[in-house]
Amino acid sequence: MYKLWITIKKDAKILLRDRTGISLMFVMPIILVMVVTSIQTSTFQLMNKSKLPVLVCNKDTGQASLQLMAAINRVGLLKVLPLPKDQALDQIDKVMKDKDAELAIAIPSNFSARVSAKAQNAANKALKSFGLQGDSTKNNVLSNKPPFTLYFSPVLQEQLRLSIRGGLRSALQLVESRETLRKLYFAINEKQLPPALEDEMINNQSDIGMVSVSKNAGREVPNTTQHNVPAWTIFAMFFIIMSLAASVVREKISGSFIRLKTLPTNYLVGLLSKQITYLCVTLFQAVVIFSMGIYLFPHIGLPGLNLPSDLTALIITTVVTGWCAVSYAICVGVFSNTQIQASGFGAVSIVILAVVGGLMVPTFAMDGYMKTVSNISPLHWSLECYYDLFLLGGKLRDVFANLIPLFIITLVLQALTFIGLKRQNLI
Amino acid sequence: MVIANPPAVSIEGLDFRYPGSDAALLTNVSLTIGKGESFGLFGPNGAGKTTLMNLMTGVLNANAGHVKILGHPMGTTSKKVNRLFGFVPQDLSFYYELSPIENMEFYGAWAGLDRKRIKKRTAELLHILGLEDVKKKQVSKFSGGMKRRVNLAIGVIHNPLVLFLDEPTVGVDVQTRHAIISYLKELNENGTTLIYTSHQLSEAEALCRDIALIDSGKIVAEGTLDELSKKHKKRNLEELFLSLTGKDFRD
Repeated sequence: MYKLWITIKKDAKILLRDRTGISLMFVMPIILVMVVTSIQTSTFQLMNKSKLPVLVCNKDTGQASLQLMAAINRVGLLKVLPLPKDQALDQIDKVMKDKDAELAIAIPSNFSARVSAKAQNAANKALKSFGLQGDSTKNNVLSNKPPFTLYFSPVLQEQLRLSIRGGLRSALQLVESRETLRKLYFAINEKQLPPALEDEMINNQSDIGMVSVSKNAGREVPNTTQHNVPAWTIFAMFFIIMSLAASVVREKISGSFIRLKTLPTNYLVGLLSKQITYLCVTLFQAVVIFSMGIYLFPHIGLPGLNLPSDLTALIITTVVTGWCAVSYAICVGVFSNTQIQASGFGAVSIVILAVVGGLMVPTFAMDGYMKTVSNISPLHWSLECYYDLFLLGGKLRDVFANLIPLFIITLVLQALTFIGLKRQNLI
Repeated sequence: MVIANPPAVSIEGLDFRYPGSDAALLTNVSLTIGKGESFGLFGPNGAGKTTLMNLMTGVLNANAGHVKILGHPMGTTSKKVNRLFGFVPQDLSFYYELSPIENMEFYGAWAGLDRKRIKKRTAELLHILGLEDVKKKQVSKFSGGMKRRVNLAIGVIHNPLVLFLDEPTVGVDVQTRHAIISYLKELNENGTTLIYTSHQLSEAEALCRDIALIDSGKIVAEGTLDELSKKHKKRNLEELFLSLTGKDFRD
């Protein structure tokens, strides 16, 4: 025990004296968590509280286009910014660049006529199916051209683009439904649809109830901090590979290791010491980042972090995650011949494991093949544990199923390290 | 089995080649070094001195043959034999981020000493090697000579019976060399067997009684310096060295 204690002291002193290295271990993850959470929070606010501006070049002189613009405003996602009537449709991309706009809609001059014609056709079909004779002479031939065109900047992500398209479809459907209803009402009653009834039938849409389903029966809606802080804490813990793997290589190729080999102590003591020392570092990283989420975030306009109710489960998950991160770093260090190899492979592999593990794209959004691949990433299992605790209100029994694979990966890494050391005659 | 009066080091039929290399670096090397000797191992660059030193200390494993230290075989899974010897490698072998005291505490513990013994030996060695004033400063800030003294202090912290020294005075000034050689002589007088390599042949003459010359992975001469000088009719070690190993560059 004395040897181990002295070795831990040695490793801790070397670590603490590398001020740049230690600051990178803490400062960089903190910056990462703050930046990602801030960006995601602002995106969340943009999507839910602000509205994306959309330029509208309206060449239509009828009522339908005005109703469409009103409907787009009501969808909640977009805010209509009308362009002057004399603006040419084919110059819309130039206007987008000039006005630094990401979205624009071009409404052609026949929009209202087209909506009316389509509504008339629909009304005729409906009347016929009711057993009433519709005005078949009024059946119109509609072109296949879309009723209006959405122009978008390529920087808009597909997910956002699809949401916008969904919103616009909903607005268009509202306009078309209103027109169809008017036509139907007029055909049956030979008078205009009363505005009150129209409002009752078209605008009185039922809202969708939204309930957050968690394991503790709580109904809190998780904020971006609850998502980001645990995820990027895992990333920071695994990023210790940059320092630890390089440290293992440095010791292995330095003169100090030659002397260690001649002394009557097994190098496993040295590796055990590194595991304990760096495990403490990863735990301290987690404490610092969680504390920042709890105490600092609310003061800088970000949602605060709420710790899970089961702190024992949180501590166990964090310890196993830290141990896995340290085991991975040591394994990479043992199999690397130079510090550049260790740091280069280490950094890239952690980013890949993070992507595969669902830190950047959730695993539920991955297809079958990628979902299987994600299982090899220790970050995936760790993230599942944290999400169980931070988002779903889970307890230790809920995270147990995800802790076991994480633990098994750790043991495999330890075994690989042992084999690597044996093959290199280092133990 | 403990041998009644084993030599400090015995080497028999040692072969070694680096992995991936076609040529053997050492071929059928045999050598016996008695207890209490001050033994010099000399040869041109690339002759195999450091490799032989690394094989004797267990840093490398031989392809054939065996090494025994005081009758105990090297290269087994037991590390008990490692308590018997100390090693001062040619490369500075310690942690630059630590002070001399911290390095000696760590290597002392790994050499099997307890806290009390480490403290006592550290104080002794810092005094003997003139490192007391800088004992708490990081070694990274030391001069080359001071680093060499720290390298030596760590190698002898556990009072080894056999001490391997691979060019312990390379790159140091006259004062440091004098201090190191004086201390090594003192160790030898107190019974420590020294096995030493150097390119400083005048220094070696002052320190070593028994020598071996190694060239192209083979021992080409072995005996006392006097015996070999008389046999080859040379006045000193340098003349003997050149006559046996030639004047061509070797590396």
